[in-house]
Amino acid sequence: MKRVKHLIFWLVVIGIILLLFSSHVIAEDSFRQQRHALVDIIKAEVVTTRDYLNQEALDEPVLDALRKVPRHEFVRDAERPYAYQNRPLSIGHGQTISQPYIVAIMTDLLKLKKTDRVLEVGTGSGYQAAILAELVDSVYTLEIIEPLAKQAAENLKRTGYDTVHTRTGDGYYGWEEAAPFDGIIVTAVASHIPPPLIKQLKPGGRMIIPVGAQFMTQYLVLVTKDAHEKITTRQILPVSFVPLTGKH
Amino acid sequence: MKPRLSLLAAVGIISASSLAYEILLMRLFSIIQWHHFAYMMISLALLGYGISGVLLALNRDRLAQHFPAAIMTNMLLFSLFAPACFLLAQQVPFNSAEILWAPRQLLFLFGIYLMLTLPFFFAANVVGLSLYRYRNQVASIYAADLFGAGLGSAGVILLLFAVFPEQLLTVLMLSGIAATLLVSIDSFDRSKYGIIASVIIGLTIIFTPTGWVTLKVSPYKSLNQLLQVPGTKIIDRYSSPLGLISVVKSETTPLRHAPGLSLNATTEPPEQLAVFIDADNISAITRYNGKPETLGYLDQTTSALPYHLKQLTDILILGAGTGSDILQANYHAIKRIDAVELNPQIIELMQIKYADFAGHLYSKPNVNLHIDEARGYLATTRKTYDLINISLLDAFGASASGLYSMAENYLYTEQAIQEYLRHVSPDGYLSISRWIKIPPRDEPKLLATVINALKDAGVRQPGQQIIMIRGWQTSTLIVKNGVISAEEISRLKQFCNQRSFDLVYYPGIAESEVNRFNIQQQPYLYEAAVALLGDQSRAFIDAYKFNIEAATDDKPYLFHFFKWRTLPEILSLFGTGGSFLLESGYLLLIAALVQAILASLLLIALPLRLWKSKLGIEPGSGNHLSMLVYFFSLGLAFLFIEIGFIQKFILILHHPLYAITVILSTFLLSAGVGSHYSTKLSHSTEKSAFMLPMAAIALLSIAYSLGFESIADFLLKMESWGRYLFSIILIAPLGFFMGMPFPMALAKISQTTPALIPWAWGINGCASVISAILATLIAMQFGFTVLIFLAVILYGVAAWCFPKIVATAGF
Repeated sequence: MKRVKHLIFWLVVIGIILLLFSSHVIAEDSFRQQRHALVDIIKAEVVTTRDYLNQEALDEPVLDALRKVPRHEFVRDAERPYAYQNRPLSIGHGQTISQPYIVAIMTDLLKLKKTDRVLEVGTGSGYQAAILAELVDSVYTLEIIEPLAKQAAENLKRTGYDTVHTRTGDGYYGWEEAAPFDGIIVTAVASHIPPPLIKQLKPGGRMIIPVGAQFMTQYLVLVTKDAHEKITTRQILPVSFVPLTGKH
Repeated sequence: MKPRLSLLAAVGIISASSLAYEILLMRLFSIIQWHHFAYMMISLALLGYGISGVLLALNRDRLAQHFPAAIMTNMLLFSLFAPACFLLAQQVPFNSAEILWAPRQLLFLFGIYLMLTLPFFFAANVVGLSLYRYRNQVASIYAADLFGAGLGSAGVILLLFAVFPEQLLTVLMLSGIAATLLVSIDSFDRSKYGIIASVIIGLTIIFTPTGWVTLKVSPYKSLNQLLQVPGTKIIDRYSSPLGLISVVKSETTPLRHAPGLSLNATTEPPEQLAVFIDADNISAITRYNGKPETLGYLDQTTSALPYHLKQLTDILILGAGTGSDILQANYHAIKRIDAVELNPQIIELMQIKYADFAGHLYSKPNVNLHIDEARGYLATTRKTYDLINISLLDAFGASASGLYSMAENYLYTEQAIQEYLRHVSPDGYLSISRWIKIPPRDEPKLLATVINALKDAGVRQPGQQIIMIRGWQTSTLIVKNGVISAEEISRLKQFCNQRSFDLVYYPGIAESEVNRFNIQQQPYLYEAAVALLGDQSRAFIDAYKFNIEAATDDKPYLFHFFKWRTLPEILSLFGTGGSFLLESGYLLLIAALVQAILASLLLIALPLRLWKSKLGIEPGSGNHLSMLVYFFSLGLAFLFIEIGFIQKFILILHHPLYAITVILSTFLLSAGVGSHYSTKLSHSTEKSAFMLPMAAIALLSIAYSLGFESIADFLLKMESWGRYLFSIILIAPLGFFMGMPFPMALAKISQTTPALIPWAWGINGCASVISAILATLIAMQFGFTVLIFLAVILYGVAAWCFPKIVATAGF
């Protein structure tokens, strides 16, 4: 009887140890499942917004990037349980990580090719830069708030996105040495679009800017520069709220 | 037994402090949070009055036995909790922007309610208990309460000019202590008094907050967002009831504030200092060396359009602020600039403290400065201008003072537009620039307002006088005092082409000309302009998903866009982040109202059901229901009239802050006198004597409402002091009579069922909370005139109930 008890005791101990060691794997697996579920939600939302986005679905590589990048690695521990909810989260210093749906749309609107060069102004947590790094070879990202820049660089390194070029500093003048860019994302816009950034956009390039306060993106501005360097903007409502005077 | 003067004074001090605390909290929360949430938190905290009524009703005799000690304890608790509860509440990590994403935010909000309720609860106990203790002299106690409130409302505004709002918490604490000491003088013998006084004073010295009170501003407000940038720091702070001004210097990364800048612009602004009001609403003081060529960026915004349409000489800038519109005019070498700014502290910044930096802009020979409210200035001048310019000015409405925050705005109403156009010289322009919103809301509403104003002024074809353009960030609407010429249209096109701005409307525009540079899903604004100018404008307004009904002086809510029928659609879009479409200000008001009604039901109906006899209601008596209706109607009606007339008189006195302060304190002080005088009527055996105040209130309110235009015409011709004096003379009799019905009924009750006095006090408290919120909602929907008439009906209901209350008193 004693031996049986002994055996059970050790089995339980081994079980607990195994569980402890595998918990990481289990958690990762759970996060992966959540990530996939999130992408499904985003896909469904895009279908309802297609009139505004002028497209039926997001590009598959963008969705793949969302399925791959571990968003939970880019948020604070306290926010991890919410990492795969389709909502913005606080990252400290009065800044937020955008709603994944908005990240998806913004990335998609840049229409990137693998060989493109992209600049991000406002690194924040580094999540958007990681998504971009999944899609293109050269990503340059600038953050003015020093502790955030440091944290983002660590996040990117830890998650294997060490090819992303990070820099701490003012984004107004862009990244002159690496210019021109095929795509620019300005996540932290001041009172106007900085003229130097428009200059650093290649002919045929696209710039995307979310407008609104933290936690509340009101609309997106897509700036395009055509082959003749003519600038136009498109103001895009990320939700399907049409038409204004029509039936519901 | 008569209450001693010291007790009346102490009750007055507590009422003054409580009202001052309410106004102060609104100020403080407008700084650390956003004002619509501040409004909801504070209105609900006033339920402390209702809670106090119930608690006193159930424990009245026990507490009355320990009378001076019981109110002294409550006074001390008020003193302690007034600062402590605010300091605790600001530690709660409540983030209103996150409320739709994270349910835990609701818990935080509820926690803040509870904390803020406490000080009001203690203050209400003082008054309620005194009313019960001196039930034969209720009129004196109520008069002291109203008098205190009247002085408190004026006093806090004066004090806010002298000290920072957070320092005022200490003042309130000390005033509570002073009230306690006053009561103790007459309540204890000399030796005991000495001990009690020294203990209180000792505790005060230890606990008085001084240097350690700092405001914890939300990290998501724009001031704190800028302070995240390395090298930025606050270099100056100024405070007044108009707002807390913070000046921020950027040492390493330059501030570049140039909203609405064209995408084709290549220049950037010179060095700038950021100026924030209530930690938000950024504007910039721009370094100016007298060389207009450094200001080129200001010619790259939509608001520069009028300067390109023709040569202008005399212009008026409304809401001059930190001077960017004046710089823009200087860039265009305008000869005479009149500038109007409401906030004297902003002027002081520009004229004294940063005068060198700003290149003595406000002292230039071509600039003539007026410290005034926009319409107040125009009412007193006969001058006309080639251009009246209002740029990106989200005006101060009364909300800035923190009293009533649902942003009434008298700058953008039909009557305001007509007033502006009367001051535009023939062929001159009125120019209004606004932020772009998608989907558009304020621009179509402003268009509807302008078109109505023109039609009312007898213009047969308003479309011949309107131009509108937009960039990706701002839009500018121009109304000409005359028909727009072909020359102007060609200049307009050139201006827009050079800057990649879009044409929205000009007389004769073709659809192919719109939506070319800053492309929207549909040419919303063009469509709105065409529809609003056409025959189907009514149908367009009805069909539009937001409320774009023209704003008038009676319903001055340009920013009220909410439509119920759009709500389900917006709710269904939450997943995609559609919550920004929610016009949350209005919904928050509704939410506050629902909460106030539920809490009132809990506070009034529940005790009535559970502890009927404990409340002092005799079995079988139906009287209490008449009482309930009576005091509830009074509570609603008093504030309806007060708020209705405050808003009406803003139109005469113009300056929102002074108008509110003067009218509110006149109401309260004269009501205090009325309450004092009501004892004479209460002693009368004539039944009609009781109807006199109600009849007088109804008569005066109706007369003022119906004759308001004549009153306004008469008063607007006067100098400022005359307008204030006559407004006081008009309001005082109304307030005088409004102070009577409450104490008269209480006096009667004290003869029959005195036990019900605290209950009546509680009912009045709950009704007041509901009233303040409901008044705003009614005004938004139906206008202030309807609000006043509703109040008259409520007084009628009260008058109808009165005989039933009096019946048992032997009349």
